[in-house]
Amino acid sequence: MAKVLMKGNEAIAEAAIASGCLYYFGYPITPQTEISEYMAKRMPKVGGLCLQAESEIAAINMVLGASASGTRAMTSSSSPGISLKSEGISYLVGSDLPAVVVNVQRGGPGLGGIQPSQADYYQATKAYGHGDMHLIVLAPSTVQEMASLTGEAFDLADIYRTPVIILADGAVGQMMEPVDFSERRRREIPPKTWATCGHGGGRKHNIVNSLLMNPEDLENSIHDRFERYRKIEAEEVKYEEYMTEDADVVVVAFGIAARICKSAVAAVRAEGIRAGLLRPITLWPFPSARILELASTAKSFLSVELSMGQMVTDVKLACECRRPVEFYGRTGGVLPEPADVARKLAEMARKHI
Amino acid sequence: MSVVFDRPKALNDVLMHYCPGCTHGIVHRLVAEAIDELGVEDKTVGIAPVGCAVFAYNYFACDMIEAAHGRAPAVATGVKRTHPDLVVFTYQGDGDLAAIGTAETVHSATRGENITVIFINNCIYGMTGGQMAPTTLPGQVTTTTPYGRTPKIQGNPVRICEMLSTLDGVAYAARVSVDTPANVRTAKKAILKGFRNQIEKKGFSIIEVLSSCPTNWGLSPVEALAWLRENMIPYYPLGTYKDIDAVGGDAK
Repeated sequence: MAKVLMKGNEAIAEAAIASGCLYYFGYPITPQTEISEYMAKRMPKVGGLCLQAESEIAAINMVLGASASGTRAMTSSSSPGISLKSEGISYLVGSDLPAVVVNVQRGGPGLGGIQPSQADYYQATKAYGHGDMHLIVLAPSTVQEMASLTGEAFDLADIYRTPVIILADGAVGQMMEPVDFSERRRREIPPKTWATCGHGGGRKHNIVNSLLMNPEDLENSIHDRFERYRKIEAEEVKYEEYMTEDADVVVVAFGIAARICKSAVAAVRAEGIRAGLLRPITLWPFPSARILELASTAKSFLSVELSMGQMVTDVKLACECRRPVEFYGRTGGVLPEPADVARKLAEMARKHI
Repeated sequence: MSVVFDRPKALNDVLMHYCPGCTHGIVHRLVAEAIDELGVEDKTVGIAPVGCAVFAYNYFACDMIEAAHGRAPAVATGVKRTHPDLVVFTYQGDGDLAAIGTAETVHSATRGENITVIFINNCIYGMTGGQMAPTTLPGQVTTTTPYGRTPKIQGNPVRICEMLSTLDGVAYAARVSVDTPANVRTAKKAILKGFRNQIEKKGFSIIEVLSSCPTNWGLSPVEALAWLRENMIPYYPLGTYKDIDAVGGDAK
């Protein structure tokens, strides 16, 4: 298939449909509304359904119902709306249900702003809902990745029976780039024998449930889920590296921030500063092992984020205190300039070499 | 010897956790009888609430989902929209349906979701131990209205069937009671109609069942049924509030 020029948000929507997701439940919020609008236009043409819910809460629970009955379904929102969905996300986890939830982040807290942000990193990777839980968190940095990671998200969700978060930002959501929808590996999906879609007289009734009153039963179910998390950590970590091989200072950045940092790394390389970039594509599981490896050669790390510094704590943990880890970021919807990052890299080169 | 009365097939042979005299058991039975009579257990999915009926997923023999508090109609929407040929019902109490889940209730109703909603109204939060419900009557003592519900402070009770009957998406809204054998028979007819409406793709059906909670009302089972008759029925009149099959589709 030829490449088409598309907005990041639209690429997510089209990729979802291409991945066999024919049910979308959402509620409008800037800067992700194009997903709903695209779904509203396309779904009737492909025999699917785009339903505008009365709230983010209803939308995530519609996804839960669809998923429980064995159907691929998706919802999307932006930061304030994601907070509302957190209840449903926790129930999806507790019920071991697959789902894809897109967060095209904007500035917070509260109503915040409508410009790009990465300030929901903690929420996405540490606290998307109550209880002992993780979510697979994917961070696209191009429109192409908005598409390919959406397809990947549906497969991961079904394979591991977990919600998968696409943690995008307003910049990648709104920008237009060429995208190729055929560019994706498809994975084998286990049959959904657990689905509540009518027992058909052929089996005992299925129950989709997150309630376990006996503490030992609940503990065991959480241990089972964490076994799956260990497998995800072992097999599903994804990241991209740029000039890290001989890097003295390694920038760690994801999403739109990584693109800004790539320019900054190229710029300081021209000045003789050996910088490199590690871009986590999975924010959970985090590429901690690779960062620890790099800590044996790099002299320092710099986490660059569109926030006051959240992923930086994971970079520090990954380094196990072997190297200094610094932070540079802008927040509230402000994007850092490559020159700002380059200045910070030059300063670190002087300090840590 | 012939069997004249047995457990409905759509109810599992398990011990229920309900208190003595609680009418949840009667309503479970009526729902299961309706599923049996329509022969749809194999393609029915029930959505259990948070509240006293939280374990309903163990009791009904059809596939079951346990929803978050108040979200059952949204979950039911997700099931029904992706599987229009399934029979989907929710079973919810007054806190679940008329307080925390009011938005989901009203909007699934006005969208005309083709589902059947069984609404248990017993004027109290049972599972958490007798707190005020959205349907608690004026003057009624609960653990969070220890001096009686005072509308100026705690607000007024909500009449769900009356409210939903104004919505175009609602095919059927009826309030019934299970305080007497005669009323149980009427309740059964209403529940059966609610399920049949769905099979005939008529839209949203809600059957509100006035129920007793002897434990949290502090009454014996018999006294509780008398209290229901004397206090609840005057405030929540029984009857059909909307029926699109009736002439004009109006309340009786």
